[in-house]
Amino acid sequence: MESLQEIKGRIESAVPGASVQILPNAAVPSQSSLVVDATHAPAVARFLRDDPRLRFDFCSNVTGVDWLDAVTKQKARTQRMLDGVATEVEESVEHRRPGFLEVVYHLYSIALRHGPLVLRQRTDNRTERCALTSLTPVWRGAEFQEREIYDLFGIRLDGHPDLRRLLMWDEFADYPMRKDYAEPDDYEYEPTPHAGVLDKARRHFPAKSVR
Amino acid sequence: MIDEGLRNDLSRQGVWLTSLGELANWGRRNSLWPLNFGLACCAIEMIAASMSRFDIARFGAEVFRPSPRQADLMIVAGTVTKKMAPVVVRLYNQMPEPKYVIALGACDISGGPFKQGYNVLKGIDRYLPVDVHIPGCPPRPEALLHGLLTLQKKIAAETLAGPVKPRHLDPRAPGEYPVPQYGPHDLQPSHHADLWQPAPVVRTE
Repeated sequence: MESLQEIKGRIESAVPGASVQILPNAAVPSQSSLVVDATHAPAVARFLRDDPRLRFDFCSNVTGVDWLDAVTKQKARTQRMLDGVATEVEESVEHRRPGFLEVVYHLYSIALRHGPLVLRQRTDNRTERCALTSLTPVWRGAEFQEREIYDLFGIRLDGHPDLRRLLMWDEFADYPMRKDYAEPDDYEYEPTPHAGVLDKARRHFPAKSVR
Repeated sequence: MIDEGLRNDLSRQGVWLTSLGELANWGRRNSLWPLNFGLACCAIEMIAASMSRFDIARFGAEVFRPSPRQADLMIVAGTVTKKMAPVVVRLYNQMPEPKYVIALGACDISGGPFKQGYNVLKGIDRYLPVDVHIPGCPPRPEALLHGLLTLQKKIAAETLAGPVKPRHLDPRAPGEYPVPQYGPHDLQPSHHADLWQPAPVVRTE
Protein backbone atom coordinates (compact mmCIF):
# COMPACT_ATOMS: atom_id res chain seq x y z
CA MET A 1 0.00 0.00 0.00
CA GLU A 2 1.15 3.51 -0.73
CA SER A 3 2.04 5.81 2.15
CA LEU A 4 -0.63 8.09 3.53
CA GLN A 5 1.19 11.11 2.10
CA GLU A 6 0.96 9.65 -1.40
CA ILE A 7 -2.69 8.71 -0.95
CA LYS A 8 -3.47 12.18 0.38
CA GLY A 9 -1.78 13.81 -2.60
CA ARG A 10 -3.59 11.60 -5.07
CA ILE A 11 -6.96 12.23 -3.37
CA GLU A 12 -6.38 15.97 -3.56
CA SER A 13 -5.60 15.83 -7.25
CA ALA A 14 -8.48 13.44 -8.00
CA VAL A 15 -11.14 15.17 -5.89
CA PRO A 16 -10.68 18.91 -6.28
CA GLY A 17 -11.64 20.90 -3.22
CA ALA A 18 -11.45 17.98 -0.80
CA SER A 19 -9.80 18.76 2.49
CA VAL A 20 -7.73 15.78 3.63
CA GLN A 21 -5.65 15.79 6.77
CA ILE A 22 -3.34 13.13 8.08
CA LEU A 23 -3.94 12.32 11.72
CA PRO A 24 -0.81 10.64 13.03
CA ASN A 25 -1.08 7.74 15.43
CA ALA A 26 2.05 7.81 17.55
CA ALA A 27 1.50 4.37 19.03
CA VAL A 28 0.85 2.50 15.77
CA PRO A 29 2.34 4.56 12.93
CA SER A 30 0.96 2.20 10.29
CA GLN A 31 -2.55 3.05 11.45
CA SER A 32 -2.47 6.78 11.09
CA SER A 33 -5.67 8.00 9.60
CA LEU A 34 -7.09 10.39 7.06
CA VAL A 35 -9.63 13.01 8.14
CA VAL A 36 -11.86 14.10 5.27
CA ASP A 37 -14.49 16.81 5.20
CA ALA A 38 -18.10 15.69 5.11
CA THR A 39 -18.94 17.40 1.81
CA HIS A 40 -16.33 15.55 -0.21
CA ALA A 41 -16.38 12.29 1.78
CA PRO A 42 -18.42 10.26 -0.78
CA ALA A 43 -16.20 11.38 -3.66
CA VAL A 44 -13.08 10.54 -1.66
CA ALA A 45 -14.58 7.17 -0.70
CA ARG A 46 -15.40 6.40 -4.34
CA PHE A 47 -11.88 7.28 -5.31
CA LEU A 48 -10.45 4.99 -2.62
CA ARG A 49 -12.71 2.18 -3.75
CA ASP A 50 -12.24 2.53 -7.50
CA ASP A 51 -8.64 3.60 -7.89
CA PRO A 52 -6.78 0.64 -9.46
CA ARG A 53 -3.82 0.99 -7.09
CA LEU A 54 -5.92 1.26 -3.94
CA ARG A 55 -9.19 -0.63 -4.50
CA PHE A 56 -10.49 -0.48 -0.94
CA ASP A 57 -13.42 -2.72 -1.69
CA PHE A 58 -14.18 -3.80 1.89
CA CYS A 59 -15.39 -1.53 4.66
CA SER A 60 -14.58 -3.70 7.64
CA ASN A 61 -15.82 -1.56 10.48
CA VAL A 62 -17.60 1.71 11.11
CA THR A 63 -17.66 3.18 14.56
CA GLY A 64 -18.29 6.46 16.34
CA VAL A 65 -16.27 8.42 18.87
CA ASP A 66 -17.44 11.16 21.19
CA TRP A 67 -14.75 13.71 22.01
CA LEU A 68 -15.62 16.01 24.89
CA ASP A 69 -14.29 19.53 25.24
CA ALA A 70 -10.68 19.20 26.31
CA VAL A 71 -8.17 21.52 27.89
CA THR A 72 -4.55 20.50 27.52
CA LYS A 73 -1.69 22.22 29.22
CA GLN A 74 1.62 22.51 27.47
CA LYS A 75 4.82 23.88 28.91
CA ALA A 76 6.45 26.46 26.74
CA ARG A 77 9.69 28.38 27.22
CA THR A 78 9.46 32.09 26.57
CA GLN A 79 11.87 35.00 26.88
CA ARG A 80 10.84 37.46 29.55
CA MET A 81 12.45 40.60 30.84
CA LEU A 82 12.95 40.13 34.56
CA ASP A 83 14.63 43.03 36.38
CA GLY A 84 16.08 44.23 33.13
CA VAL A 85 17.64 40.83 32.37
CA ALA A 86 16.32 38.60 29.62
CA THR A 87 15.63 35.24 31.20
CA GLU A 88 13.98 32.12 29.92
CA VAL A 89 10.76 31.41 31.80
CA GLU A 90 8.74 28.22 31.66
CA GLU A 91 5.05 28.88 31.31
CA SER A 92 2.15 26.53 30.92
CA VAL A 93 -0.14 27.44 28.06
CA GLU A 94 -3.69 26.17 27.98
CA HIS A 95 -5.07 24.82 24.74
CA ARG A 96 -8.83 24.62 24.60
CA ARG A 97 -10.18 22.17 22.05
CA PRO A 98 -13.95 22.15 21.53
CA GLY A 99 -15.60 18.75 21.55
CA PHE A 100 -16.79 17.01 18.45
CA LEU A 101 -18.23 13.73 17.22
CA GLU A 102 -16.39 11.48 14.86
CA VAL A 103 -17.12 8.55 12.55
CA VAL A 104 -14.27 6.14 11.83
CA TYR A 105 -14.17 3.77 8.86
CA HIS A 106 -11.68 0.91 8.59
CA LEU A 107 -11.06 0.02 4.97
CA TYR A 108 -9.34 -3.02 3.50
CA SER A 109 -8.67 -4.19 -0.01
CA ILE A 110 -9.58 -7.81 -0.53
CA ALA A 111 -8.46 -7.66 -4.15
CA LEU A 112 -5.01 -6.22 -3.47
CA ARG A 113 -4.70 -7.60 0.07
CA HIS A 114 -3.76 -4.45 1.86
CA GLY A 115 -5.11 -2.29 4.61
CA PRO A 116 -6.32 -1.03 6.92
CA LEU A 117 -6.83 2.53 5.85
CA VAL A 118 -8.52 4.51 8.61
CA LEU A 119 -10.86 7.18 7.32
CA ARG A 120 -12.49 9.70 9.64
CA GLN A 121 -15.15 12.37 9.42
CA ARG A 122 -15.62 14.93 12.16
CA THR A 123 -18.50 17.20 13.11
CA ASP A 124 -18.01 20.84 14.04
CA ASN A 125 -19.35 20.44 17.55
CA ARG A 126 -21.27 18.05 19.74
CA THR A 127 -24.64 19.76 19.95
CA GLU A 128 -26.39 21.30 16.99
CA ARG A 129 -24.23 20.60 13.95
CA CYS A 130 -23.96 16.83 14.10
CA ALA A 131 -24.46 15.91 10.46
CA LEU A 132 -21.94 14.02 8.36
CA THR A 133 -22.23 12.22 5.04
CA SER A 134 -23.12 8.57 4.80
CA LEU A 135 -20.78 6.27 2.93
CA THR A 136 -23.37 3.51 2.60
CA PRO A 137 -23.86 4.37 -1.11
CA VAL A 138 -20.18 3.48 -1.56
CA TRP A 139 -19.89 0.49 0.79
CA ARG A 140 -23.26 -1.20 1.29
CA GLY A 141 -21.92 -3.05 4.32
CA ALA A 142 -21.81 0.19 6.28
CA GLU A 143 -25.60 0.46 6.38
CA PHE A 144 -26.39 -1.14 9.74
CA GLN A 145 -23.25 0.19 11.39
CA GLU A 146 -24.10 3.72 10.35
CA ARG A 147 -27.61 3.21 11.68
CA GLU A 148 -26.12 2.07 14.96
CA ILE A 149 -23.94 5.20 15.07
CA TYR A 150 -26.99 7.34 14.44
CA ASP A 151 -28.82 5.46 17.18
CA LEU A 152 -26.14 5.59 19.85
CA PHE A 153 -24.21 8.78 19.05
CA GLY A 154 -26.84 10.90 17.34
CA ILE A 155 -24.73 11.67 14.29
CA ARG A 156 -27.07 12.25 11.36
CA LEU A 157 -25.54 10.65 8.27
CA ASP A 158 -26.97 12.39 5.22
CA GLY A 159 -27.43 10.22 2.16
CA HIS A 160 -28.14 7.06 4.15
CA PRO A 161 -30.94 5.10 2.46
CA ASP A 162 -32.74 4.11 5.68
CA LEU A 163 -31.59 6.16 8.64
CA ARG A 164 -33.62 4.88 11.60
CA ARG A 165 -32.67 3.80 15.08
CA LEU A 166 -31.30 0.28 15.07
CA LEU A 167 -31.12 -0.93 18.67
CA MET A 168 -33.24 1.45 20.72
CA TRP A 169 -36.90 2.13 20.06
CA ASP A 170 -37.97 4.95 17.77
CA GLU A 171 -39.44 7.04 20.59
CA PHE A 172 -36.13 7.03 22.47
CA ALA A 173 -34.73 10.56 22.66
CA ASP A 174 -31.23 10.06 24.07
CA TYR A 175 -27.94 8.94 22.57
CA PRO A 176 -26.57 6.39 25.03
CA MET A 177 -22.96 6.19 23.85
CA ARG A 178 -22.36 9.89 24.28
CA LYS A 179 -20.17 10.57 27.24
CA ASP A 180 -22.65 12.96 28.86
CA TYR A 181 -25.55 10.49 28.67
CA ALA A 182 -27.34 10.00 31.99
CA GLU A 183 -28.79 6.50 32.21
CA PRO A 184 -32.12 5.86 33.94
CA ASP A 185 -31.67 5.42 37.67
CA ASP A 186 -33.39 2.05 37.86
CA TYR A 187 -31.25 -0.32 39.84
CA GLU A 188 -30.68 -0.16 43.53
CA TYR A 189 -28.35 -2.58 45.13
CA GLU A 190 -24.80 -3.38 44.21
CA PRO A 191 -22.81 -5.93 46.20
CA THR A 192 -19.53 -4.10 45.67
CA PRO A 193 -20.39 -0.45 45.20
CA HIS A 194 -17.68 1.86 44.03
CA ALA A 195 -17.32 5.27 42.39
CA GLY A 196 -20.52 6.35 40.64
CA VAL A 197 -22.35 3.22 41.74
CA LEU A 198 -21.48 3.98 45.35
CA ASP A 199 -22.96 7.48 45.02
CA LYS A 200 -26.08 5.93 43.54
CA ALA A 201 -26.32 3.43 46.40
CA ARG A 202 -25.97 6.28 48.92
CA ARG A 203 -28.78 8.18 47.22
CA HIS A 204 -31.06 5.15 47.23
CA PHE A 205 -30.24 3.93 50.69
CA PRO A 206 -29.55 6.81 53.04
CA ALA A 207 -27.82 5.85 56.29
CA LYS A 208 -29.91 5.28 59.42
CA SER A 209 -28.91 8.61 60.92
CA VAL A 210 -30.24 10.48 57.88
CA ARG A 211 -33.60 8.79 58.10
CA MET B 1 -60.10 -33.90 53.64
CA ILE B 2 -59.57 -37.65 53.60
CA ASP B 3 -57.42 -39.31 56.21
CA GLU B 4 -54.09 -40.16 54.57
CA GLY B 5 -53.89 -43.58 56.24
CA LEU B 6 -57.36 -44.52 55.10
CA ARG B 7 -56.55 -43.37 51.59
CA ASN B 8 -53.36 -45.46 51.51
CA ASP B 9 -55.28 -48.51 52.74
CA LEU B 10 -57.93 -48.00 50.08
CA SER B 11 -55.38 -47.53 47.33
CA ARG B 12 -53.83 -50.86 48.27
CA GLN B 13 -57.31 -52.37 47.80
CA GLY B 14 -57.53 -50.84 44.34
CA VAL B 15 -59.75 -47.90 45.28
CA TRP B 16 -58.37 -44.50 44.39
CA LEU B 17 -59.84 -41.63 46.32
CA THR B 18 -59.22 -38.04 45.36
CA SER B 19 -60.83 -34.66 45.36
CA LEU B 20 -61.74 -32.53 42.41
CA GLY B 21 -59.04 -29.99 43.27
CA GLU B 22 -56.34 -32.61 43.51
CA LEU B 23 -57.42 -34.15 40.24
CA ALA B 24 -57.33 -30.76 38.52
CA ASN B 25 -53.91 -29.97 39.96
CA TRP B 26 -52.59 -33.40 39.01
CA GLY B 27 -53.63 -32.93 35.42
CA ARG B 28 -52.53 -29.34 35.31
CA ARG B 29 -49.07 -29.77 36.76
CA ASN B 30 -48.17 -32.78 34.66
CA SER B 31 -48.91 -31.23 31.30
CA LEU B 32 -47.49 -27.74 31.35
CA TRP B 33 -47.11 -26.47 27.81
CA PRO B 34 -44.33 -23.90 27.61
CA LEU B 35 -44.40 -21.00 25.22
CA ASN B 36 -41.72 -21.55 22.59
CA PHE B 37 -39.47 -18.51 22.69
CA GLY B 38 -36.00 -17.64 23.84
CA LEU B 39 -34.34 -14.29 24.37
CA ALA B 40 -30.67 -15.11 24.85
CA CYS B 41 -28.22 -17.86 25.78
CA CYS B 42 -30.43 -19.31 28.55
CA ALA B 43 -32.71 -20.45 25.74
CA ILE B 44 -29.93 -22.77 24.56
CA GLU B 45 -30.05 -24.49 27.94
CA MET B 46 -33.83 -24.64 27.67
CA ILE B 47 -33.47 -26.33 24.28
CA ALA B 48 -30.93 -28.74 25.77
CA ALA B 49 -33.41 -29.53 28.54
CA SER B 50 -36.01 -30.44 25.94
CA MET B 51 -33.67 -32.77 24.04
CA SER B 52 -32.99 -36.45 24.68
CA ARG B 53 -30.16 -36.09 27.21
CA PHE B 54 -32.24 -34.21 29.77
CA ASP B 55 -35.70 -34.87 28.34
CA ILE B 56 -38.17 -32.43 29.86
CA ALA B 57 -40.87 -34.76 28.46
CA ARG B 58 -40.37 -36.93 31.55
CA PHE B 59 -42.19 -34.20 33.44
CA GLY B 60 -44.85 -33.55 30.85
CA ALA B 61 -43.60 -30.15 29.67
CA GLU B 62 -42.26 -31.09 26.25
CA VAL B 63 -45.00 -29.55 24.12
CA PHE B 64 -43.43 -26.20 23.30
CA ARG B 65 -46.15 -24.15 21.64
CA PRO B 66 -45.40 -21.43 19.12
CA SER B 67 -48.59 -19.56 20.04
CA PRO B 68 -49.32 -17.96 23.42
CA ARG B 69 -52.97 -18.98 23.00
CA GLN B 70 -51.98 -22.61 23.45
CA ALA B 71 -49.37 -22.27 26.17
CA ASP B 72 -49.72 -22.11 29.94
CA LEU B 73 -46.09 -21.79 31.01
CA MET B 74 -43.86 -18.89 30.06
CA ILE B 75 -40.17 -19.70 30.48
CA VAL B 76 -38.56 -16.27 30.13
CA ALA B 77 -35.15 -17.53 29.05
CA GLY B 78 -32.51 -14.86 28.69
CA THR B 79 -31.82 -11.15 28.81
CA VAL B 80 -34.97 -9.04 28.57
CA THR B 81 -33.99 -5.80 26.88
CA LYS B 82 -36.20 -2.80 27.42
CA LYS B 83 -37.13 -2.92 23.77
CA MET B 84 -38.33 -6.53 24.18
CA ALA B 85 -40.06 -6.15 27.57
CA PRO B 86 -43.42 -4.83 26.23
CA VAL B 87 -43.51 -7.74 23.78
CA VAL B 88 -42.95 -10.25 26.58
CA VAL B 89 -45.72 -8.70 28.68
CA ARG B 90 -48.07 -8.71 25.69
CA LEU B 91 -47.33 -12.39 25.06
CA TYR B 92 -48.09 -13.12 28.71
CA ASN B 93 -51.40 -11.28 28.44
CA GLN B 94 -52.32 -13.40 25.44
CA MET B 95 -51.85 -16.67 27.30
CA PRO B 96 -55.01 -18.30 28.70
CA GLU B 97 -55.41 -18.90 32.42
CA PRO B 98 -54.10 -20.67 34.38
CA LYS B 99 -50.65 -19.50 33.46
CA TYR B 100 -47.30 -19.60 35.15
CA VAL B 101 -43.98 -17.81 34.68
CA ILE B 102 -40.49 -19.19 35.22
CA ALA B 103 -37.65 -16.66 35.18
CA LEU B 104 -34.64 -18.56 33.87
CA GLY B 105 -31.22 -17.10 34.48
CA ALA B 106 -29.55 -14.14 36.13
CA CYS B 107 -30.55 -11.54 33.51
CA ASP B 108 -34.18 -12.38 33.90
CA ILE B 109 -34.06 -12.11 37.65
CA SER B 110 -32.06 -8.92 38.10
CA GLY B 111 -30.45 -7.84 34.85
CA GLY B 112 -27.49 -10.09 35.64
CA PRO B 113 -24.19 -8.95 34.16
CA PHE B 114 -26.03 -6.20 32.29
CA LYS B 115 -27.57 -4.70 35.42
CA GLN B 116 -25.71 -1.42 35.01
CA GLY B 117 -26.67 -1.12 31.37
CA TYR B 118 -29.14 1.42 30.10
CA ASN B 119 -30.97 -0.96 27.81
CA VAL B 120 -31.64 -4.06 29.91
CA LEU B 121 -34.67 -4.60 32.11
CA LYS B 122 -33.54 -5.33 35.67
CA GLY B 123 -35.72 -8.37 36.10
CA ILE B 124 -38.95 -9.46 34.42
CA ASP B 125 -40.60 -9.54 37.86
CA ARG B 126 -40.97 -5.78 37.53
CA TYR B 127 -43.80 -6.40 35.06
CA LEU B 128 -44.94 -10.01 35.46
CA PRO B 129 -45.81 -12.24 38.43
CA VAL B 130 -42.95 -14.75 38.45
CA ASP B 131 -43.66 -18.12 40.07
CA VAL B 132 -40.18 -19.65 40.08
CA HIS B 133 -36.80 -17.92 39.78
CA ILE B 134 -33.92 -20.10 38.54
CA PRO B 135 -30.52 -18.49 39.14
CA GLY B 136 -27.45 -19.25 37.08
CA CYS B 137 -25.62 -17.79 34.15
CA PRO B 138 -26.89 -19.77 32.37
CA PRO B 139 -28.54 -22.38 34.62
CA ARG B 140 -27.85 -26.01 33.80
CA PRO B 141 -30.73 -27.97 32.25
CA GLU B 142 -31.01 -29.84 35.55
CA ALA B 143 -31.69 -26.49 37.21
CA LEU B 144 -34.55 -25.87 34.79
CA LEU B 145 -35.93 -29.33 35.54
CA HIS B 146 -35.64 -28.58 39.25
CA GLY B 147 -37.44 -25.30 38.70
CA LEU B 148 -40.16 -27.12 36.80
CA LEU B 149 -40.56 -29.61 39.66
CA THR B 150 -40.72 -26.69 42.10
CA LEU B 151 -43.50 -25.19 40.01
CA GLN B 152 -45.29 -28.54 39.96
CA LYS B 153 -45.14 -28.67 43.75
CA LYS B 154 -46.52 -25.16 43.87
CA ILE B 155 -49.40 -26.13 41.57
CA ALA B 156 -50.09 -29.27 43.63
CA ALA B 157 -50.53 -27.08 46.70
CA GLU B 158 -53.15 -24.88 45.03
CA THR B 159 -56.74 -25.10 46.24
CA LEU B 160 -59.88 -24.38 44.28
CA ALA B 161 -61.27 -22.05 46.95
CA GLY B 162 -60.28 -20.38 50.16
CA PRO B 163 -57.81 -17.68 51.03
CA VAL B 164 -54.85 -19.43 49.38
CA LYS B 165 -56.55 -20.05 46.06
CA PRO B 166 -54.37 -19.31 43.04
CA ARG B 167 -54.36 -16.02 41.23
CA HIS B 168 -56.42 -17.20 38.26
CA LEU B 169 -59.31 -18.23 40.55
CA ASP B 170 -59.36 -14.90 42.34
CA PRO B 171 -61.87 -12.60 40.61
CA ARG B 172 -60.14 -9.53 41.97
CA ALA B 173 -56.73 -10.52 40.61
CA PRO B 174 -55.81 -8.97 37.27
CA GLY B 175 -55.98 -11.25 34.28
CA GLU B 176 -53.77 -8.91 32.30
CA TYR B 177 -50.80 -6.83 33.25
CA PRO B 178 -50.27 -3.38 31.75
CA VAL B 179 -47.87 -3.32 28.83
CA PRO B 180 -45.13 -0.73 29.41
CA GLN B 181 -44.82 2.00 26.83
CA TYR B 182 -41.67 3.13 25.05
CA GLY B 183 -40.79 6.47 26.60
CA PRO B 184 -38.25 9.10 25.58
CA HIS B 185 -35.74 8.00 28.24
CA ASP B 186 -36.99 4.71 29.67
CA LEU B 187 -39.97 2.39 29.71
CA GLN B 188 -43.06 3.97 31.22
CA PRO B 189 -43.84 2.95 33.88
CA SER B 190 -40.48 1.56 34.94
CA HIS B 191 -42.17 -1.18 36.98
CA HIS B 192 -45.59 -2.47 38.06
CA ALA B 193 -46.06 -1.06 41.55
CA ASP B 194 -48.23 -3.97 42.75
CA LEU B 195 -45.66 -6.53 41.72
CA TRP B 196 -42.36 -4.99 42.58
CA GLN B 197 -40.95 -2.38 44.89
CA PRO B 198 -37.33 -1.49 45.57
CA ALA B 199 -35.92 -3.52 48.42
CA PRO B 200 -36.05 -1.65 51.76
CA VAL B 201 -32.40 -1.61 52.69
CA VAL B 202 -30.84 0.72 55.25
CA ARG B 203 -27.13 1.27 55.24
CA THR B 204 -25.43 0.44 58.51
CA GLU B 205 -22.46 2.79 58.13
